[in-house]
This record gives sequence, C-alpha cells and structure tokens, in this order.
Amino acid sequence: MNVRMRGPLGTGLALSLLATPAFAQGQKIDGADTAWMIVATGIVLMMTLPGLALFYAGMVRKKNVLATMAQSLAATALVSILWVIVGYSLAFSGSGALIGNLDRVFLHGVGMDSISPLAPTIPEALFMLYQMTFAIITVALVAGSVADRMRFSAFLAFSALWLLVVYVPIAHWVWGNGFLGAAGLLDFAGGTVVHVNAGIAGLVAALVLGARRGYGSENLAPFDLSMAVVGTGLLWIGWFGFNGGSALGANARAVMAITATHLAACAGALTWTALEWKLRGKPSVLGMISGAVAGLGTITPASGFVLPWHGLVIGMVAGAVCYWACTAVKLRFKYDDSLDVFGVHGIGGVTGTLLCGVFAAAAVSVSPATPKGLPGLLEGHPMQLLIQLLGVAVTALWCGLATYGLLRLVGALFPLRASPEDEVIGLDVSLHGEALQ
Amino acid sequence: MKLIIAIIKPFKLDEVREAVSRLGISGMTVSEVKGYGRQKGHMEIYRGAEYVVNFLPKVRIEVAVPSEQADRVIEAMTTSARTGQIGDGKVFVMPLDHAVRIRTGETDSDAL
Repeated sequence: MNVRMRGPLGTGLALSLLATPAFAQGQKIDGADTAWMIVATGIVLMMTLPGLALFYAGMVRKKNVLATMAQSLAATALVSILWVIVGYSLAFSGSGALIGNLDRVFLHGVGMDSISPLAPTIPEALFMLYQMTFAIITVALVAGSVADRMRFSAFLAFSALWLLVVYVPIAHWVWGNGFLGAAGLLDFAGGTVVHVNAGIAGLVAALVLGARRGYGSENLAPFDLSMAVVGTGLLWIGWFGFNGGSALGANARAVMAITATHLAACAGALTWTALEWKLRGKPSVLGMISGAVAGLGTITPASGFVLPWHGLVIGMVAGAVCYWACTAVKLRFKYDDSLDVFGVHGIGGVTGTLLCGVFAAAAVSVSPATPKGLPGLLEGHPMQLLIQLLGVAVTALWCGLATYGLLRLVGALFPLRASPEDEVIGLDVSLHGEALQ
Repeated sequence: MKLIIAIIKPFKLDEVREAVSRLGISGMTVSEVKGYGRQKGHMEIYRGAEYVVNFLPKVRIEVAVPSEQADRVIEAMTTSARTGQIGDGKVFVMPLDHAVRIRTGETDSDAL
C-alpha cells in the first residue's frame, strides 16, 4: 500500500498525484471522526498555549514569568515549522524499524484526499497537525526543569535538535510502525513518547545546567499559583483531546479513554493532597494541581486500554508515587528539577506505562486490527508487562544519552546558562528586555 | 508635638483608625510593611521545598499629634490593636520639631 517516491522531486510529485487515489482505496474520510479530531487538535494545542505557559509561569519567580512563557511560545512556533519540514515525515511516513522516510518532507504529497494508513478515517493533514501538537507540548514540557536559568538562544537550538534527534525517532518507534510498536508496546497517548521522554530530558538538562542560584538557601517560592491553577484547568480539559483524540476517531474508545483520564486526574489530586495534609500539615493548592497533572500524565499511556475504575487506581498510584518523587527523592539526590518535570512526568510516565501492562483490558481495545483486544497481566498476559518495561527502558536510554550529547553540543556553541548577574536580575529583563511591573 | 509610629497587624487597621479618629485626630499615614519581632516568621512548603518566611506583613501607621494628646492616642492604639497573641506589634513615639501644612503655610500645631 505504501507508495514510495524516489528520484527527482518532479517525478515524485507526479507519482504522488497519480498514486493518491489508489492509496486511498478502502480508506474513506469520515465526517464525525474528522470533526472530533479537529477539536482534539485544537485543545491539545491549548494545553501548551496558554495551558502549560500559565502552569509553568505561575510556579516561577516574578522576574522570570515572561521568559518562561517565551519558552512555551517559541516551542510552539519552532516545533510546528520543523514538524512540517521534516519531523512528520521521519516520524510517521514509512515503516523502517528505526526511522521513517523523507516522502512527506515539506508535506510533499499531503493533498486534499490523502490519508495516512495510521489514521484511516481522517485527512492526513489533520493527522499531521494532531501529532504536531504532541511534539510541541513534549518540547515545551522539558523547559520546566531548567526554568529560571537557561538562555533563550540555547533553548531554541536545543529544542530544534532534540525534536529531530529524540522526539521524532521515539514517536516513530512507538506509533509510526517502528520496532517498539511492532514489539507490542501499549502506549495509547504518550506515556513513553511524551512523558518518560520529557521527564528524562528534563532531569538530564537540570543536571547538566546545574541548580538555580540560591537553590536550597534562598526563597524561590512561586510568583502566582493562581496562574498555575488556571493553567492546570486548561491542561485538564486539553487532556480529553490528548487521550480521547488518540483513538483517532469519534468512537466509544475515545469516550472510555476520556473517562479513565478524568478519573485519574481526580484521584491523583485527592491522593497528593491527602498525603501532603497528613505529612506536612496543610493541603496546598500546589499539591492539588500537582496531583491532578500527575494523574493525567500517568493515565496517558493506559487510557484507551483500561476500564474507568483502572483509571481511578492508576490516578491514586500516580498521586502517591509522584508526590514521593517530588519530595523525598528530589531532596535525597539534590538535583534542581525546578518545576518537577522528572518528578511528575518522568515518574508518572514510567508508572503509567507499566501499569498499562498490568491493567490492560482486552474489551476496550477490540478493533479490526486487534479483534480479540489487548490484555495485560491481570487478564493472563504477563508478557505485556515485560514489553512495557522494554519500552520504558529503550525510551529512557536513548532520550538520556541523546539529550546529554545535544546539551554538550549546544553548550560548546553558546552558553547554556544565563550569567550569574542576569540570573539575579531575572531573565525577563536580561534576556527579553521587558518585565512585569 | 509627637510623632507616633505604630506597627500593627494588618486586619486591625480599621479598628485603630476609628479609635484614633474618635479622639479628634484628623489624619494618619499608612503603609504596608514587612518585618519581624518576637513572632518570627512562618514556614511555606512548595512540593519538596520548604522556605522560612522571616518577614511578615504588617501595617505601619504614622500620626502627628500635639504633645498633650499623645498619651491618649497611644492608649487608644494599644487597646484597639491588641489581640493578646504574639505579633500584635509596637508603638514608637518621637519628638516632632516642626510641621507645615503645604496648602496654607500654617505651622506646628495649626498644621496638624
């Protein structure tokens, strides 16, 4: 089915125009699926702008609010363009084990009636856009670990390289006919591709850049947690598109994914809050929103494979495990993952990907491609848990090594960190020439 | 003349203002300040990070009064600002050499 174009561009174009109707045979664009996926694409973009921008900016100090928002804005603009140029093609075109092909470079061949075999009932351009919004938020998430100190120019260079060297191959391995998908890894909406990936990259970046000035001695309290609450609300709603949209259609599986997602967020929020209330004496608002986001990140790989009550259990585990990671683990190892990208997304992504292998309920994932559905450990398929572990290990290994290499490369070209003086003045004024008054 | 400076708990400001104005004192200056005394600070916790906040928000009131009224004003302030809990604040009294009302040029007690 897959039409490969070789030779000069002209020949390729002619071939693709001829080939498209044949390519689309047996695949028909469905109005309902397309409508839902347009909405899902929009609200996943909303997760980054303004969701993540508000969530992150509310947790930094007042002098770094605009610089933090600049990272979410720049990630959106930069990743979108790189995605269209080459990212989409390498991730989702072709079926190599390690990387896709260049058939869709500059969206070559993505026309009015082209359909990706990976999303057979919606226009390919919509599938390309939907996947673009995932790449955007993953890159934007990484920035949280190095908030308050990374230079904007270094962030741009690192983000561009990281998208192509880390995100694109891993997205291909898991979702684009690559070797992890072929091995049977279950990752509905990005436990490995988005959350483990962003979390490990964040941890490595925090270690390479070093802690903020005054970490452990000065008061680095958040500027305005009410902004972070608003951001959490937008993330939460957007996650319905993130996980529900990963069904790639307007169907019962999308609704099941959304139900599990919402319950996981609620259970995560209550669990984190309860632990904090018991152990620290007060139920903080930051604790509630952290627990909600931990629940949302953790259910991500499992949504679409599990039943609603599994979502509740996974959310509770997420609230507890991520609370532990952001408090005891972080204090023990003394790394300054400023906004807890590793503690919430990294640990949540690992937990959710593994729990998916435990709870996967075959009834939820019955489809023409998998008529019997995909069972996990509890339904007598313990191998699934090992496959999940493999997916986590491969993602973390490649992400960790490549992120380290890219940071060293970018660091050899420009300073990664703002100067000590600029850091004290604040990145808003020193890097962007503007400030909140 | 005396300049009376009181550092009080912010939520007591209205009661202090009413108590002082009942004595016929017609003006005061108020600012939001931070500081600490015996109350010390408090702990804030953000996920794993704990910060001791040393400086607590207080309100600073300045009132200039004729010397003979100073004791009654101080009495009114201490009574109205007191909760009996630690952190109620302090009153400082200083001699005041001179005062001018800018609009009219009146001086000293005529300017108060």
